[in-house]
Amino acid sequence: MHGIARTRDGDYRVRLSGHERDLLRTLPGQLRHLLAEDDPSLVRLFPPAYADDPEADAEYRRLVREGLMEGKLAALFELERTAAADRLDEEQLGAWLGALESLRLALGTQLEVTEDTYEAFDPDDPHAAELALYGWLSWLQDQVVRALSAGLRGD
Amino acid sequence: MSTQTIEAPIRVEQPETFDDVDADRPWIVIVWNDPINLMSYVTFVFQKLFGYSKQKATKLMLQVHEEGKAVVSSGPRERAELDVQRLHGHGLWATLQQDS
Repeated sequence: MHGIARTRDGDYRVRLSGHERDLLRTLPGQLRHLLAEDDPSLVRLFPPAYADDPEADAEYRRLVREGLMEGKLAALFELERTAAADRLDEEQLGAWLGALESLRLALGTQLEVTEDTYEAFDPDDPHAAELALYGWLSWLQDQVVRALSAGLRGD
Repeated sequence: MSTQTIEAPIRVEQPETFDDVDADRPWIVIVWNDPINLMSYVTFVFQKLFGYSKQKATKLMLQVHEEGKAVVSSGPRERAELDVQRLHGHGLWATLQQDS
């Protein structure tokens, strides 16, 4: 099995290559760097809450920004810390999910992905490497979702 | 990713004695489609955050995907704002507005 699976004990087994684990260990730091600089590719990480009320939205952002940021940073740290783990508990895998989400949002925004992005993968595309990375992050996030879903009550 | 602007409805002055009618209208939470989030992920988030069955969560996700948006919850403003915050915490694009 390559990927992530829930065990009978209720925790999760992780089987990834050394290269994949290197990525999980190094990508969080890159995103933390962007977060510290308030990079434009992060627009999807801090979306608006009020579409037609700028004052209410400004107030919302003021109130939630710090907590939202802390949650994302905590997940990124946890992914970095457990990148080499063969087994994770529910909380740790939940952190992986959050970190992968932030990574996909940032990279997807940078690449300006559309819903048709996977339609035709062109190896000569100047962004072929980043698109492949994005594709791999998508596969991994789906692995995490499938594993966690197996633990949902009544699923 | 669509960036629709929502027109604020024109409020009609009503000769009512109930001053709190607007304040009592429920707030709805809308999740918007985006090209990044996986369908499996969105479905999972709906199950996890709202306790919806997989069937209901999938139906809502498909509505987001096919119609561009879906109302995922409604209630008092504070509750709706908290739901939006939790959805943002999971990377989804959600907004709240007063039900018309």
